Amino acid sequence: MSAKILEYIFLFLIFPGFLFSTTMGLMVCWVDRKITARLQWRVGPPWYQNFFDVLKLLLYKETLIPEGVSRVLFLGMPLLAASSAALASTIILVINGAPFQGFMGDLIVIIYLLMMPSIAIMLGAFASRNPLASLGASREMKLMLAYELPFILSLIVPIIKSGYAIKLGSIITQQSGGFIAGSPSGVISFITALLCVQAKLGFVPFDMPEAETEIMGGTYIEYSGKALGIFKIAKAIMFFMLPILLISLYFGGIRSSVDGLVKNVLQYLLILVLIIVIKNTNPRVRIDQAVKFFWGLVTPAAAIAIVLAYLGH
Amino acid sequence: MGIKEKILSRSIYVFHVSSGSCNNCDIELLDCLTPRYDIERFGIVLVGSVRHADALFCTGSTNRLCVPRIKKLYEQMPKPGFIVAWGACGSSRGLFKDSYNTDRPLDEVIPVDIYIPGCPPKPEAIIAGLVKLKEKILAGKKG
Repeated sequence: MSAKILEYIFLFLIFPGFLFSTTMGLMVCWVDRKITARLQWRVGPPWYQNFFDVLKLLLYKETLIPEGVSRVLFLGMPLLAASSAALASTIILVINGAPFQGFMGDLIVIIYLLMMPSIAIMLGAFASRNPLASLGASREMKLMLAYELPFILSLIVPIIKSGYAIKLGSIITQQSGGFIAGSPSGVISFITALLCVQAKLGFVPFDMPEAETEIMGGTYIEYSGKALGIFKIAKAIMFFMLPILLISLYFGGIRSSVDGLVKNVLQYLLILVLIIVIKNTNPRVRIDQAVKFFWGLVTPAAAIAIVLAYLGH
Repeated sequence: MGIKEKILSRSIYVFHVSSGSCNNCDIELLDCLTPRYDIERFGIVLVGSVRHADALFCTGSTNRLCVPRIKKLYEQMPKPGFIVAWGACGSSRGLFKDSYNTDRPLDEVIPVDIYIPGCPPKPEAIIAGLVKLKEKILAGKKG
């Protein structure tokens, strides 16, 4: 029994969990910064830049707490964000390694865990007693209302395709014959899911919660030092794990064979570069435009994909 | 030179304080972020909130209205933090030395680490100043 618990702790804290995901996430953030720089004809930072940024915040910077805030909420929310992101990453990666490890309904758990960082950011911002942070948090809330519905709708297509199993493992094993992204409904729902992932990560067309030029960092405005560093880690883990979730849902998950792994890396880079290019070629939209976009365009597209999948296309 | 100094010197988040500047220095700061000079190579990023900052870039002549605000910003910056006095006005009040409105220079308000003279300083001068700041941090200067 205790060996099992030790194994779980190891899985959560070290190998596919917190430490591994953080390292990979910071590398992915560097890829993002480097590609952004190259797209703007700049040189960009070296590979270790994000590690230095996070280590600086975690180890050497002072953590300031605004006067009169609830310490539990203000300092607990970064931890909640990072731990739920790491837990989601652990579940996704463990199931990718052993598809029969999952349980019925693990996809629902993953959806909930992926919501937690946004909720944590919102609560932390409301707790920080700053008007701009409240503004950012209210924008984050509206954005969440906008993208959660199409995100869940687009996840229904892989569920239908794998015979109504709400189980990441069976979605992965079911795709050994052919990718879900190979069918018409799969392509549509992949595109809608990708757009929702863009909003989930808070990247540029949908970065109004933290708009630096407008509300000066928005939700993060009062965070400093360790708390900010942990939020950065949570964002890095999300950035690393969401493309992997998309690969598991639409491209058949991570393969153990060599050519399968090469394909996985190519798929991962494709999704990553798509996200980064969308980020760099679009201006920030207003919150009403974002809601209109998600409810008026993406949700009907996701619904059409569900109908197509139901009809067997 | 320990690992702490290396990390601190390699990752400087910058908050821009304009205390009655004529906007020339502010434009030169933005020039440094453009493809030609690209100070993000050295880990220098412009941030929106002073709570995230490691360095204050102070432009302008420090007029009376701005003095309490600059002090407040300095106190809000998490330590270790560094101050860069930017341009002729930031370094010494420049043209406004005898003005009724600027009774003291920046370095009598908050402890300045680096001066970058010029009206406005060229981006090359700015990068040279930032290299000096980096060397100071590497030598163990406490912010």
